[in-house]
Amino acid sequence: MSLRTPLGRVLGHGPARGAAVHHWWVQRLSSLALLPLSLWLLCNLARLPLADHAVVTQWIASSWNALWLVLTILVMAWHSVLGVQVVIEDYVHSVAVKTTSLLLSQFVHWLVAAAAAYAVLRIAFRGA
Amino acid sequence: MSARPLSPHLSVYRFAYTMALSIAHRITGLALSVGLLLLAAWLLSAAAGAEVYARTVALLSGWFFRLVLLGLLAAFLYHTCAGIRHLLWDSGRGLEKPQARRGAVLVIVAFVIAFIVSAWALFARSGGAA
Repeated sequence: MSLRTPLGRVLGHGPARGAAVHHWWVQRLSSLALLPLSLWLLCNLARLPLADHAVVTQWIASSWNALWLVLTILVMAWHSVLGVQVVIEDYVHSVAVKTTSLLLSQFVHWLVAAAAAYAVLRIAFRGA
Repeated sequence: MSARPLSPHLSVYRFAYTMALSIAHRITGLALSVGLLLLAAWLLSAAAGAEVYARTVALLSGWFFRLVLLGLLAAFLYHTCAGIRHLLWDSGRGLEKPQARRGAVLVIVAFVIAFIVSAWALFARSGGAA
C-alpha cells in the first residue's frame, strides 16, 4: 500500500506539463510575435518597388532588415508548422497517414524556412 | 479504428455563422502556410541574381499569380483579425455567446476595411506589388 495521496500520484503526469501545453504556448507566443513582424513585412512590401532587383536586395541587405526578415521567416515557419499539425491531427485519423503527413509537414516547413533564411543571409553578406 | 470520440464533432452542431469564421481561420492559415513557399521562392530568386529575379517578377505579374497574391493578402488580413480575437478568447475574455457574435461582426468589418486599404496600396497604385 502506498502512502502517497491520489493527488500526489497524478501531479506532474498529466497533460499540463506535456507537449500539448508547450504547443499551445508557442502557438500563442509566435502569433503575438508575428503581429508586428508580419505587419512590418507587409508595409515594406507595399512601399518597395518590388520589380527593382537592386532596390529590393539593398533593402534586404541592410542589417536590421536582414535580421528582422530571418526572424519573421523562422517565427512564421514555427507558427505554420504548429497550425498545420493541429489540422492534420483533427482531420487525418489513420495513424500511418497522420504520422507520415506530420513528418512531411515538419521536413517541408524547416526546409523552406532554412532556404528562405539562407537567401536573406546570402543577399546580406554577398550583396547578390 | 477504435470507436473513440474524435474531434471536431462538426456534424452534431446546428450551423451558426461564428462557425464559418472558425473554419475560415483554419483555411486561411493553411493558405498562408502555402504562401510561405512563395515568400521563400521570392527571396531565393532575389538571392539568385537580377536575371532570375526579373523572370520571377514577370511570372508573379501574370494574372494568375496576381490573383494568388491578392488571395494571400486577404488570407493574411483575415487570419490576423480573427487571430487577435482568438488571443482575446485565450485571455478569458469575450467567450459569452453575444460577445462572440459581436466579435465575429467586428472581425469581418475590420478585415474588409484592412483588405480594401491594403489591396489599394499593394495592387492598385502604379508600380505596386510585382
